[in-house]
Amino acid sequence: MKQIAVISGKGGTGKSTLVASLSQIVNNKMTADCDVDAPNLHLLLEEKDQQKWDYSGAKEARINYDLCIKCGICKDVCRFGAITEDIVINNLKCEGCNACVVACPQDAMYLEEVNTGWTSVSTTENGTFAHALLDTGAEGSGKLVTEVRKKIVPFENGEEWLIIDGSPGIGCSVIASITGTDAVIAVTEPTKSGLSDLKRVLDLAKHFSIPAFVCINKFDLNMDITNEMEKYCVEKGFMVVGKIPFDPLIVKALQEYKTPVDTGDQEFIDEINSLWNKVTEYLSQ
Amino acid sequence: MKIAVLSGKGGTGKTTVSASLKSSIENCQYIDCDVEEPNGGIFLQPEISNVYPVMVKVPEIIKDKCTGCGECAKACQFNSMAVVKGNVLIFPELCHHCGACILACPEDAMIEVERQIGVVETNSDESFMHGKLNVGEPISIPIIAMLKDMVKDDGNVVIDCPPGSSCTVVESVEDCDFCILVTEPTPFGLHDLNIAVELVKKLGLSFGIVLNKASENSKIINEYCDDRNIDILMEIPFSRKIAEAYSKGILPIEADADLKKEFGEMFRKIEGKVLA
Repeated sequence: MKQIAVISGKGGTGKSTLVASLSQIVNNKMTADCDVDAPNLHLLLEEKDQQKWDYSGAKEARINYDLCIKCGICKDVCRFGAITEDIVINNLKCEGCNACVVACPQDAMYLEEVNTGWTSVSTTENGTFAHALLDTGAEGSGKLVTEVRKKIVPFENGEEWLIIDGSPGIGCSVIASITGTDAVIAVTEPTKSGLSDLKRVLDLAKHFSIPAFVCINKFDLNMDITNEMEKYCVEKGFMVVGKIPFDPLIVKALQEYKTPVDTGDQEFIDEINSLWNKVTEYLSQ
Repeated sequence: MKIAVLSGKGGTGKTTVSASLKSSIENCQYIDCDVEEPNGGIFLQPEISNVYPVMVKVPEIIKDKCTGCGECAKACQFNSMAVVKGNVLIFPELCHHCGACILACPEDAMIEVERQIGVVETNSDESFMHGKLNVGEPISIPIIAMLKDMVKDDGNVVIDCPPGSSCTVVESVEDCDFCILVTEPTPFGLHDLNIAVELVKKLGLSFGIVLNKASENSKIINEYCDDRNIDILMEIPFSRKIAEAYSKGILPIEADADLKKEFGEMFRKIEGKVLA
């Protein structure tokens, strides 16, 4: 099974819309939403037979006050300001790093696993689908992304593709989304911000030696920047595999929980088919 | 007064709102905490005059002293070291700079060395600051922490937060007096707005909403806010003209004087709420 991650750098460029549309067009695939902070893909899919697991991806320090002599060493070694003057743990600041546990002369401290979210795998009309949600404000998005990708693997039933919906940015959760994938598709929009973020996310793919393709969404919004993007991609050796026009009807469809494929937007469907063919053709070489 | 601008969902208009707000009020510092993909500078066009490297401390082994006992790897919760055949391997990008390994080493065989993960850049009077995470680095918190340390105590501050709802957002909004949650009238926008609302409630922060790309479909957000008694501070209409201006790096307030006035009014409204 080959894995393709759809990422963007900048948020809101259309990752989930593209992934949802691909999931309707591509045969023989599974999908995973790896934006665990703010997952959206499930809103467009009807899930059945959902299996759900609690996720304990983080640890937090705890104090056994029967043993604690309030010497304050834990507070001094903590680099996250997670221990107060009165020797109480601030859970939101604790990274579960273990430094206080190691330093405590009384053996009064220990780490406890905490529940920081959940993962799920379900059946949809368009194949097996996994997603997750990190508790608000929690640590460890990257680890949860890795967990989502791990969770869907045992459900593989001869599928050829795993299509991954990534999160914005270039940090831990994006790195966890693209590690070990066969290719990434970077979805961008022709704005100055979009261009700046595209360059960074393509650098990231290059850094990890993953082939990257580009899809310019709303390409006719600013032709100057679209041209600049295409020129940049040619220079740097990235293939632009799709260009989708600015169309308020796409937003309108989403408002009704529908993809442009659902509404039968033929121009869009042709473009997505052609995008997918270009990516798969490259990968089969 | 410190105002944080966040959204849960990316691309709803955090930077548009924070940069517009900064430009609509006097004596205001702007801080771009979206250090993975900073965009505020595209709109505010600052002249960068100071570049500060952001350094973190990572462990290094003094080979002569190390016995390969493995206590460091046992103490580390982030898999940033492994002991193979008596040799300690360190993976510095996974390190959370906590110092647990140093504390755990019974031979004093570990020291900390500095390693750069990105930069903080400012203009000459520090009214503009942003951070940039180096490509390939997973952990951005130390850059956000450095930006937050440079927040001016007096005057007004607008903090442009990263998307999402995890630790980077917590770090960015911490100690703020008020949060503006930016959303758009789509099911995605609503879903992620709810996540952002949960987050600021958990942190005990006061907040209000800016509805961006408002249209005849705004009902979905209006109903959510009415049901929960959440204040919609301001609406920015959905328009291709605004989107085109944005694409060129032009803020909507530059094209529309009324909108600039509205941002000023929103600021006074927030001031009233915070001081009340």
